[in-house]
Amino acid sequence: MLRNFYTPHLGAGLLLSGLLALATPAHAQTDLLADLEKQTVDSTRREVVAATFKGTHIINAQSVETPGQGTLAFLIQHRFGTLNSGAYEFFGLDQAVLRLSFEYGLTNRLAVGVGRTNIDKTFDGFVKYKALQQTTGARPMPVSVTLFASAAITTLRFTDPAVERNTASRVDYAYQALIARKFSPGLSVQLMPTLIHRNFVANAAMQNDVYAIGAGLRQKLTKRVALTADYFYLLPGNTARNYRNALGLGFDIETGGHVFQLHFTNAKGMTEKFFVPQTDGNIFNGDIYFGFTVARNFTIKSQLK
Amino acid sequence: MKRPFSLFLAVLWLLSLSAAHAQTRYLTKTGHVSFFSATPIEDIDARNQQVAAVLDLGTGQLAFSLPVKGFVFKRTLMQEHFNESYLESDKYPKATFTGRFAGLDAATLALPGPHAVQVAGDLTLHGVTRRILVPASLELQGGQLVAAATFIVASADYGIEIPLLVRDNIAKTVTVRVDLTCAPVPSVADAARSPR
Repeated sequence: MLRNFYTPHLGAGLLLSGLLALATPAHAQTDLLADLEKQTVDSTRREVVAATFKGTHIINAQSVETPGQGTLAFLIQHRFGTLNSGAYEFFGLDQAVLRLSFEYGLTNRLAVGVGRTNIDKTFDGFVKYKALQQTTGARPMPVSVTLFASAAITTLRFTDPAVERNTASRVDYAYQALIARKFSPGLSVQLMPTLIHRNFVANAAMQNDVYAIGAGLRQKLTKRVALTADYFYLLPGNTARNYRNALGLGFDIETGGHVFQLHFTNAKGMTEKFFVPQTDGNIFNGDIYFGFTVARNFTIKSQLK
Repeated sequence: MKRPFSLFLAVLWLLSLSAAHAQTRYLTKTGHVSFFSATPIEDIDARNQQVAAVLDLGTGQLAFSLPVKGFVFKRTLMQEHFNESYLESDKYPKATFTGRFAGLDAATLALPGPHAVQVAGDLTLHGVTRRILVPASLELQGGQLVAAATFIVASADYGIEIPLLVRDNIAKTVTVRVDLTCAPVPSVADAARSPR
């Protein structure tokens, strides 16, 4: 640039410097923001991908999401009877099974929950930990991984005095690795290797350990409505021969403080020990349960100090 | 004879240019912007402490830029909705402002206490740019430039839709508060030479 001023003509040199001096403020106006952006660029910065799913459940399955730190979520999960139960049962609306649960975020990664469902008067407790979070930026993490462990105890009174059963025989466990990726703002997909361990099964042929692979997805239709699906494939075995794979299809509808999830599924139970190894509904016969989940979040501890 | 004279002029011009810029730029990367809105049902309060800003006292220009995802809300769900549904921060990750301030000279600024200025410029939010006029204050405190402003932003002006269902929970306008403490930038040449 300095070479410009070696002009042999004084007039031109003056003119040029004058023009440059005039041009400088207008030029700098836009440059100031560009300079600022340049200085604040941090190439090592990584950003966590948020809101892979709207809720902590997809339909039957848990999602990778947990309530954030200090947030208490109250969930009402509901399944009516099957659609094929006829007009007398008002197509299932006369019957209902329910699960009420609380989930609390101890940290932004760790959450604990308790639930009660009226099937077999079952209590369950679970721990969810976001082991990996999908990130963008430098060295991005391609997926989120949430580890899930749950224990469920049935408290239904024993009716058969001939069978001797202790408390341990009432307990079942579920272990899952929830692996999800948000491919775009609209599309999220989740895979769920699952193990259900049952301390007690009715006969020798039934499996104490049931393995399954689950898959779930969320596709946004509008900003506040999304299509959801989840499916559990039972790995070959006695359970797979006698029971069916659980399928759910539904919609997430977001209002202010609530997320409404409306769905159709062939599984009646809402804890892992029920819907993974004990689903008996045949979709093609119309054994479809209409259901919904309503989640309400309460802020126990504010994020703002 | 002509050549050395024009060279001298050029050097003089360059010197005056650097003199005008030296010690007049103030910068921060950790400025604060918060906003607040109140309805009978719910108060919304969010804070961002990742605001980058630069003010040039020599030219009266200023610019700032903040990551929209940097806003922290009282409620985690509110924060998620803010990013996902309202500001669409994946699509529009930054909010920026560029403009200039008027009504202040260097001699006045040297006096203690906050001095009122008028800031005019372009606010870009949610992909929409609008010209705004904002009263602000500037003050030199121990070599640092402290800037503050409070103004009102209407979400409809920036194409931010509020669905009918929650229209009673979310106010149509929010009060934005800016608080910056900027350190002097040694000189333009030094700043350009340093990698970050």
